Amino acid sequence: MSAVCDRCLRRGALIGFLSPQIQAAVGRPRARTAGLLTLGEREMVAALGGSPAGAARRLLDEFDPALAREDLERSRCEAICRHAAEYPPLLAELHDPPNPLYVRGGLDRMLALAAEPCVAVVGGRRPSDYARGVAQRMGRGLASAGITVVSGLALGIDAESHRGALDGGGGPIAVLAGGPDVPYPRQHGGLYRRVLERGVVVSELPPGTQARKWGFPARNRIMVGFATAVVVVEAREASGSLITAEFAQDSNRELAAVPGQVDARVAAGSNALLHSGAAFVRGTEDVLDLIFGVGQGPRPHLRPVELDAGLREVLDSVEVGEDVGRASARSGLSPGEVRAALGRLEALGLVRRDSFGGYERSGPPAMST
Amino acid sequence: MLASVATFAIEGIDSKEVCVEVDVRRGLPAFTLVGLPDTAIREARERVRAATLNSGLEFPMQRITANLAPAHIRKTGASFDLALAVALLCASVQVPRDWFATAAVWGELSLGGALRPMRGAVAVATGARRAGYERLVVPAENAAEAVLVDDVEVLGVPSLGKLVELVHDRWRPDPPEPRREWRPSGGGPDLSEVRGQADARRALEIAAAGGHNLLMIGPPGAGKTMLARRLPGILPAPTFEEAVEITRIHSVAGLSNGSLATERPFRAPHHTISPSGLIGGGATPRPGEITLAHRGVLFLDELAEFSARTLEALRQPLEEGRVEVMRGQRSIGFPAAIMLVGACNACPCARPKVDCDCDDVARARYARRLSGPLLDRIDIVCQLEAARPLELVSGGRGPVGSKEVRARVVAARERQRRRLAGSSALCNADMDGRLTRLHVRLGARLRARMLDGHVGTGMSARGHDRVLRLARTIADLDGRERVQPDDIDEAVGYRMTIGAKAAA
Repeated sequence: MSAVCDRCLRRGALIGFLSPQIQAAVGRPRARTAGLLTLGEREMVAALGGSPAGAARRLLDEFDPALAREDLERSRCEAICRHAAEYPPLLAELHDPPNPLYVRGGLDRMLALAAEPCVAVVGGRRPSDYARGVAQRMGRGLASAGITVVSGLALGIDAESHRGALDGGGGPIAVLAGGPDVPYPRQHGGLYRRVLERGVVVSELPPGTQARKWGFPARNRIMVGFATAVVVVEAREASGSLITAEFAQDSNRELAAVPGQVDARVAAGSNALLHSGAAFVRGTEDVLDLIFGVGQGPRPHLRPVELDAGLREVLDSVEVGEDVGRASARSGLSPGEVRAALGRLEALGLVRRDSFGGYERSGPPAMST
Repeated sequence: MLASVATFAIEGIDSKEVCVEVDVRRGLPAFTLVGLPDTAIREARERVRAATLNSGLEFPMQRITANLAPAHIRKTGASFDLALAVALLCASVQVPRDWFATAAVWGELSLGGALRPMRGAVAVATGARRAGYERLVVPAENAAEAVLVDDVEVLGVPSLGKLVELVHDRWRPDPPEPRREWRPSGGGPDLSEVRGQADARRALEIAAAGGHNLLMIGPPGAGKTMLARRLPGILPAPTFEEAVEITRIHSVAGLSNGSLATERPFRAPHHTISPSGLIGGGATPRPGEITLAHRGVLFLDELAEFSARTLEALRQPLEEGRVEVMRGQRSIGFPAAIMLVGACNACPCARPKVDCDCDDVARARYARRLSGPLLDRIDIVCQLEAARPLELVSGGRGPVGSKEVRARVVAARERQRRRLAGSSALCNADMDGRLTRLHVRLGARLRARMLDGHVGTGMSARGHDRVLRLARTIADLDGRERVQPDDIDEAVGYRMTIGAKAAA
């Protein structure tokens, strides 16, 4: 059931139609859409004008709401506009809230997820393995503490936080830069479907709209709109995640970042955020403290696994990214014993293989016996 | 007058007997050659004429017809020179024909009458023994190789003139050195020269102990090539029969140094190699790198850079231990029992993890290039990291050397040999699913471990057998007849998973 009025439905169709003109007007790929999306329909047509202005006006004049609702249903999407009482209040606080907001995966589910505390976990598309692990664990930890994880389904950190949230039993919110029925990027089709099993995919562009460059910073503002806190896991100096961070500051949300190696270029942007005062977070606990206050709020409900001292040592090594040789030197185990421990830890679901045969941390925290 | 002399033509890495018949009778002086000869053999007429005359012998000014039989064998090269010259001498009654009834000759002539060494002496000597000849005349420089074959008297002769003296009992060549003194060398680069890389050393040792194919992953300069080069030194030394086999192949390929191989071969072709360069081919089929590595190690550095066709061509030889090369209507088999060692970088940019800026797509594409049928034949994967400065400069006791490691490997192989006696497998890596189940009995404890592994790692059926084979080798290496749960854990640790996540 959609909760959108005819006028807002028409507005959504217009934004979709004018998407190429918005791109042309915004020009630079990373430029923010500024006040453009706050304009009324006629103003928007006038501002963007150009050759299709006539066609845009015709679209407004001949708009058939019934037909639009049918289209929406056919693409298995719903929509909600600002005039609906249920419109997520936090989202409405934005300077230019998405209106309407298209939802795939169930409007009720979206409202339920948005009603929980939401945290946006974002970062670069080419992260280090370390940051992948952090994002993944944070997604899982937050989800298992009942927090809704919001991200953008992009390559790298976004995908890892979604995966983690799904592993942790949560329903993530994925905000897309194109229509909510258009999986983007394409290679995340599988993840897109997994997100829809328990979470939702939302967008301010109507179903069927292809993503354009202006849509990415614009969707970043929507992610911020949902969230009470924004965590930048790892970002380069010119990363789009820094735009998200800017939105977070403008919209009075908690901004946090995960420290990266100080001389790693992949983490230059996120480290700069920390330096200029973003909250310092090491993992799920720190994020929870940030939202609820230290020691307050829910804790992750993860099943701890009991390990003997040798396995514990090797697990520590994986967590800090040591190779087998170093783990062996530090723990006093032979290389073969370290391999055996890794095999055992993998079987227990505490570590997993990365794409090139190396190991990374996964799964619930472990206690030593 | 008619005379015939036996010689041998190289085909693949074997030799085929060829009978050279020469008929000399009155008529206009002429020298015709029939029986599928190529250009080099046609030119033999000129060499034979000059060599005969320059050796102080007589070249009959009569009508000479020479035939190379059987006619269907393709004959190439200059290896028929000596047989032609000898048959001519017999036919013109300058040497007794009887002497050559039980002897074969093989060699290229220079214009001055000297015999030039050629490729493939071991294969020729093998052929001579098979055909039942008592004596084999070869160029003096090839004698050391040819004498590796038992039951045929090898006569190394420096020139045509000396051969005539030999036939008339006026000269004897020095008998070739007694060859049974051969002993495999412990030479070659030593494992103690590699610092650090404990994980890779262990993986290398397990691979050697069970004959498992290995993949090493690490950044450039970490020592992948260095380690791979030391693998022949820790594999069991070749047996005498294996050494003859290796030498025979290398002698055909012109790689032999004239004596019996003392180490297993190590071949490291560049990644631009063509499929036929790797598995063998050519108009007259020649062995490829995989055959040159027979009984030894084939090392493919930058595995992901090899063309897909080249890697695909490796699959069948890896499974069967031999290559069939089809050329025209003929098919020639080459042996190819090798250990494969691959090496590649952890990601396309080859930089250390913190500096890597490859995105998921690039990583997935890279992993995809590596995955596929070839990786099904690789049992172990290990990681190398760039050596740490402290390890490079530290003095003190160096790491364990090749000799010690080889002793452990030999003990493990011996255990496997006893267990696998009577089956087609020689080492654990050769075990098929049936043999694996037979020799790795899963008790309740092991079964529980394997189940954990399946649940935790999403192992496939093929992966299951691979883990068991590897666990068997680990137990053999550590001297245990029964496979323990720890062996299974370690085997799971070396499991091959390239691209598993990228593909998911």
